[in-house]
Amino acid sequence: MASPLTAVELFRVGSLPITKPVVTTWVIMAGMTLAAWLITRRLSLRPDRRQAALELVVLGLLGQIEEVLRKDARPYLPLLGTLFLFLVVANLSGLVPGVEAPTSKLETTGALAAIVFVSVQSFGVRAQGLWGYLAAFGQPKLIMLPLNLVSEVTRHFSLMVRLFGNVMSGEFIIALLLALAGLLVPIPLMALEVLVGLVQAYIFTILATVFIGAAIGSVERG
Amino acid sequence: MDVKMISILGAAFAVAIGSIGPGLGEGRAVAAAMDAIARQPDAAGTLSRTLFVGLAMIETMAIYCLVIALLLLFANPYAG
Repeated sequence: MASPLTAVELFRVGSLPITKPVVTTWVIMAGMTLAAWLITRRLSLRPDRRQAALELVVLGLLGQIEEVLRKDARPYLPLLGTLFLFLVVANLSGLVPGVEAPTSKLETTGALAAIVFVSVQSFGVRAQGLWGYLAAFGQPKLIMLPLNLVSEVTRHFSLMVRLFGNVMSGEFIIALLLALAGLLVPIPLMALEVLVGLVQAYIFTILATVFIGAAIGSVERG
Repeated sequence: MDVKMISILGAAFAVAIGSIGPGLGEGRAVAAAMDAIARQPDAAGTLSRTLFVGLAMIETMAIYCLVIALLLLFANPYAG
């Protein structure tokens, strides 16, 4: 059986290997950008059906983020909203025949966690200043400094492993059941996969929000 | 028993034993959240969001075990 830790290499650009999940990600990105452009092309004060649905999604996200941060969430909406929508589409894309969810590979989730890591640091520095942000690592006592530094890395690492583990194990179990029991048997598990994909997208986004909140000082660090 | 055999056994035990603790922990967390929602249905939104985040944290332990098992099976540095 193919290892879930490696990805199929499709072609190379120079010496850079381009794997299947990368191409899937590109297709998802292009599709979502096109959809966003089509919906926001003609915005009006009296929204039609598509614009109303989009406003519902955006305002719902904004409300959720604001509830966690207890601050104006608008500076953080572009990153977190994009993360959530991309993760929903990416997690559910595994249900399309012939497509593997890009989040079931470590490289995609690693890239997403790296994006969250870098943006958490930059939001923290922007909100508290460089010294204020660095001093927050010495809270509540200076002796906690090594623990805070380690936890800053490990929690982003666990963000990466959690998403990978959940999505990959779902796809793995479906593949195993298909091989053992035959066609149409894994359908209940695929229904469960829809739920898992949505919940994991939600958890990833909420955790990223909590990390940002800890960095800008509006949520208790922990 | 060669290295491959031991790796398979290790992977099986890693998942089997490693999922006991998170399973018990998640059960306790959900029970406590249910209790809290039953007492205070108004706070259900906040409670379930906190529950989800907490469950994700607990679940990470089980996922780590799964990753260790996968490493043993598919990326074992000792099995040639």
